[in-house]
Amino acid sequence: MIRRGAKARAGDVADIRPLPEAVADLVRDGDTVAMEGFTHLIPFAAAHEVIRQGVTDLTLARMTPDVIYDQLIGAGLVKKLIFSWGGNPGVGSLHRFRDAVENGWPRPLELDEHSHAGMANRYVAGASGLPFAVLRGYRGTDLACGSGTISTVTCPFTGEELAAVAALNPDVTVIHAQQADRDGNVLMWGLTGVQKEAVLAAGRVLVTVEEIVDELVPRPGGVVLPGWAVTAVAEVPGGAHPSYAAGYSVRDNDYYQAWDPISRDRERFTAWLRRNVLDREGAATR
Amino acid sequence: MTDAPESASPDELMTVNAARALAGARTCFVGIGLPSAAANLARRTIRPDLVLIYESGAVGAKPARLPLSIGDGELAETADAVVSVPEMFNYWLQAGRIDVGFLGAAQIDRYANINTTTVGRGPDRPASRLPGAGGAPEIAAGCGEVLIVLRHSTRNFVDRLHFVTSVGHGTGRGDRERLGLRGRGPVAVITDLGVLRPDPETAEFVLTELHPGVTAEQARAATGWPLRTAAHVGTTAPPTAAELTALRALTNA
Repeated sequence: MIRRGAKARAGDVADIRPLPEAVADLVRDGDTVAMEGFTHLIPFAAAHEVIRQGVTDLTLARMTPDVIYDQLIGAGLVKKLIFSWGGNPGVGSLHRFRDAVENGWPRPLELDEHSHAGMANRYVAGASGLPFAVLRGYRGTDLACGSGTISTVTCPFTGEELAAVAALNPDVTVIHAQQADRDGNVLMWGLTGVQKEAVLAAGRVLVTVEEIVDELVPRPGGVVLPGWAVTAVAEVPGGAHPSYAAGYSVRDNDYYQAWDPISRDRERFTAWLRRNVLDREGAATR
Repeated sequence: MTDAPESASPDELMTVNAARALAGARTCFVGIGLPSAAANLARRTIRPDLVLIYESGAVGAKPARLPLSIGDGELAETADAVVSVPEMFNYWLQAGRIDVGFLGAAQIDRYANINTTTVGRGPDRPASRLPGAGGAPEIAAGCGEVLIVLRHSTRNFVDRLHFVTSVGHGTGRGDRERLGLRGRGPVAVITDLGVLRPDPETAEFVLTELHPGVTAEQARAATGWPLRTAAHVGTTAPPTAAELTALRALTNA
């Protein structure tokens, strides 16, 4: 029996499904979507499927928007971005993000802007079922001005004033991992970023994996997500490209560098998107 | 051979001197770009046991070449420990376990406050959008002390920031304590012309050292506020052949 996008209950296992079907079912117009992965394990193939299906009016959350959100923003599917660092790592600007913020092209982009510490703690609060998280942060900066998700709270024990950030609970979180077993239990290792928190904060969870294996073998520093905490798993080898999956691939730094001139120009970007994403099935390659 | 000390470029002078500033550090939270080059050079020269910490989760990374991103695979593969991002910011940085934070910037002001968010371009053009905060606000707040490395120009060294992303010394001495920021804040700004350090009384950054062959007038002309000079302005030691060889091996690897 195929469960149609319901949140997993204890005892259930994740559905193993083709990526197009899983995206169609789990990612909906107007959703708040988190596609996480801190440089490593970024779910590019799932994002490209979202672009092909034209799922729109999205609020996207991600600590480091990276090229993946530059592509979604340039495709015109994003109305709001919740983030903490919007650059092309080691290269420079995200030009589609900049064009949307500076010129409203292809549509205006609302921002909810944080520091990394603030974003990480927003997911922690969301995963913990708390309305907000406490941290030492933002003091004296202009980031707190005008944000509806940054405030202060007084410690009831010491009287100290601390920063408070609102919980972030995405409608759906999408991540990429190395492996899942046939019950949909997920294993990832290497830099695992904020993915566990983003998954446990979300209403629905889609995980793409490099491969589905008969048995998961424990790894040092590995993170296991039980199948009953995941809504759907799709097998997408290379689904993190041009990001990478430790043990399977290396980061395609040339792609990130090549993205700079492609993304600077609206027409060149639009042609790239058509050729490499819209007219293509599966993970885009250069 | 081209690695004679006198052939060092301005960028190499900046990176070599930034690496030297880590001589006393045990642990360093490393921003990508110029800070990463300097911290990796320090580990190859004056501070072989320096613990490099990258916000992607790598504690004690030992990359053989300069990573392009803070999340390159080699950082995790060579690390003493790999931790999650919430753990990195809460347990390691916020709890005060890291000696030195090493940051770059788009703009700084005379109190070494940092803007990496947005820069105005005049009334007829939209403000230029920069990447934003990343880990910098809490690195600047919570590390034992902060080093900043930045090319020297009036574009970067400005009289007034358009946006305060990360706090250096606020509006002067005493502001950090007033804000409850636990670390000492910026102790040096290392540029391609020389080194600026905070005045002990006011915390305003003043010129304390120049690289060989650079004049104070050049530094003043490249600074967007009236740059004061220390009573004695020193000259940085020229890069050694060993420093330049190590730096070039890193950047060409």
